[in-house]
Amino acid sequence: MHSSSRRRLTAVALSTVVAVTGAACSSGSGSADAKGSDSGTYTVWDPYPQFAKGSAWVKLLDACGAKAGVKVKRTGYDTSDLANKALLAAQQDNSADVLIVDNPVVSTLAEAGVLTSTEDNKLDTSKADPNLLAAGQSDGKTYGTPIGANTLALYYNKKVLKEAGVDIASVKDWKSLTAALAKVKAAGKKGITFSAIGTEEGSFQFLPWFWGAGAELTALDSAQAASALSLWKDWLKEGYAPNSVINNTQTTSWQEFAGGDYAFAENGTWQLANAKKAGFDYGVLPIPGADGGSAAAPTGGEFVTIPTQGDTGRYATTQKLATCLTSTQNLYDTDTTLSYVAPTSEVQAKQVAANAELKPWVAAVKAAKGRTSDDLGTTYPKISEQMWKAVQSALSGAKSPKDALASAQAAVK
Amino acid sequence: MKQTTHPPDHLSAPVRNGAATVAPPPAPARARRRPTSPQWAAWAFLAPVTLYLALFYAYPLYRNLDLSLRDYTVRSFVQGNAPFTGIENYRTVLDDPTFAPALLHTALFTAVCLVFQYAIGLALAVFFSRHFRLSATLRALFLVPWLLPLIVSASTWSWMLNSDSGVVNAALHALGIAPVNWLTSPSWSLTSVIIANIWIGVPFNLVVLYSGLQSIPASLYEAAALDGAGAWQRFWRITFPLLRPVSAITLLLGLIYTLKVFDIIWIMTKGGPADSSTTFATWSYQLGFGNLLPAFGPGAAVGNLLVVAALVFGLIYLKVQRKQALS
Repeated sequence: MHSSSRRRLTAVALSTVVAVTGAACSSGSGSADAKGSDSGTYTVWDPYPQFAKGSAWVKLLDACGAKAGVKVKRTGYDTSDLANKALLAAQQDNSADVLIVDNPVVSTLAEAGVLTSTEDNKLDTSKADPNLLAAGQSDGKTYGTPIGANTLALYYNKKVLKEAGVDIASVKDWKSLTAALAKVKAAGKKGITFSAIGTEEGSFQFLPWFWGAGAELTALDSAQAASALSLWKDWLKEGYAPNSVINNTQTTSWQEFAGGDYAFAENGTWQLANAKKAGFDYGVLPIPGADGGSAAAPTGGEFVTIPTQGDTGRYATTQKLATCLTSTQNLYDTDTTLSYVAPTSEVQAKQVAANAELKPWVAAVKAAKGRTSDDLGTTYPKISEQMWKAVQSALSGAKSPKDALASAQAAVK
Repeated sequence: MKQTTHPPDHLSAPVRNGAATVAPPPAPARARRRPTSPQWAAWAFLAPVTLYLALFYAYPLYRNLDLSLRDYTVRSFVQGNAPFTGIENYRTVLDDPTFAPALLHTALFTAVCLVFQYAIGLALAVFFSRHFRLSATLRALFLVPWLLPLIVSASTWSWMLNSDSGVVNAALHALGIAPVNWLTSPSWSLTSVIIANIWIGVPFNLVVLYSGLQSIPASLYEAAALDGAGAWQRFWRITFPLLRPVSAITLLLGLIYTLKVFDIIWIMTKGGPADSSTTFATWSYQLGFGNLLPAFGPGAAVGNLLVVAALVFGLIYLKVQRKQALS
């Protein structure tokens, strides 16, 4: 009995091993074949799933591939998915040749050793604005070049403001903005909408107020930080901002504004095309600082990066592809389709000449600040998570702004 | 959807065992005549299943365990040289201020959902077993929540429960009740996701319990009626006891399914605000994927705690079932 069961076990183990090695062999040779015979195919991953085959973006990728003499295989991922996908691919030594990622992710991927620095890949970054490039730098090295930038500002509905008797020129700092919101509410309209959701989006939207108060990311528990969070909290308490901001993404917040009842909305460059479709007269105002002037807003937008490859012979062609994507003419075309501001002064001037509406946005991008700048690098994600948690705790009434930020700072350490 | 594939599997397990205990005796006789080939054929038939189990169950479980026992940073995740740290990740998770609320929310969410899903499902099943006009059509309509993709139903719930423009608050307003911040208040968010999940879980309970009711012979009810048992007595003395095996499997499947509910909570509240609707499932995701800088180790540790919880209840079920089979 014992020996027979043991024999049975061995047989199971054996047959399994045979089958496993069989599968392993076939899959191994299969993937080797794919890489070997398709060495003329270069893969590009981007966070623009909205662009289908036949769109200007995909045509541009094909054209750049043709120019470099290779075929381009492109995959579009959801932004929030792309960083994890890139990490997993790197773990399997199966990275894309060109990776276009959201700028705060660059330092994380660089830390993981997934990206080559511009020293190694010879990508020219000299034309890009230094404040934008900073988001892709850590420890004195640069990992890629921006393909386009966006940032946040306040959209306002001219009709609602007129009915409430608010002169937009009077809105210069937090006090005058809050006064304007009070007037709008008294006139029976809604004040302001933004996104305070418990994700990176929430931190992104809170940062202009945080920085506008003079707070620093290294000290979440400062009095300035508390004043920024109290500003939001008071808006909710007074009914100037809807309670739904706690769960709003930037898209849902935009939909609220597009309904036509809101006086203000904090949103990004990328909504410009939608603003034209909204069917009402709108204006754009830089986000004011606590005591006047413009607050620094965080930079959004993606970087073109070149992941490390086992086969170093691929870099030369990859570099040609990346350079083509960020050439002056192509940047202009791409950033126009994306509704982004270009990362170089030359293209920005061209954009403003073609569309005067972009002028305040170009100014805002010039004044913007990278989230991972100041050499925060991979500590930014930890700070950001605690920051959005503090915002959520304070706005939902679980904690006071001061307590929420104090525990956030304690959790970062 | 996934649940439907499970019941036959579980139910057939004892049958398969029974067959196995009967089969062996004739085997040695045949084995003496032709010693090897049927054995090898048997193993060859077994290989695909073993392989499938090893590749898609054992290996991922092993990987998850391995992830939870090492100190992964993004760098060591890519290069694969994460140092072994033993139960360090579990200690981190246990010491985390989120642990206690997450445990409480998971227990509350699972218990409340199960009780209501089962009670409502059973009530509806008894109601529909009385074959009135349109009962089939109505029963089909009750299946709608089950057929809808979770992302659709969860998004719809989050629109309906929106504080400012949701239809629920509009209805409350019409009744003269002050609006409730369903998804954005720490004291209501867990209730909101529980309500949505009960709505989604009722059809499954309805379908399984309804089919269980079909197997109770009508003659029992007739006999009881002749003996003068009222409707209430018939339910407690006949329906409920005879439905016990079906109820057990329904509750077990419901438990495992509810423990790991993720989509509804994530879409409706992201586990917030201020962790007020965080369960182990959303916490595990939050740790592993919800941040720009993933914490795979602690995320996997939380996932493993969930697996263990589900396993414990599965074993309890098997034990109870065996006891029932013996008695």
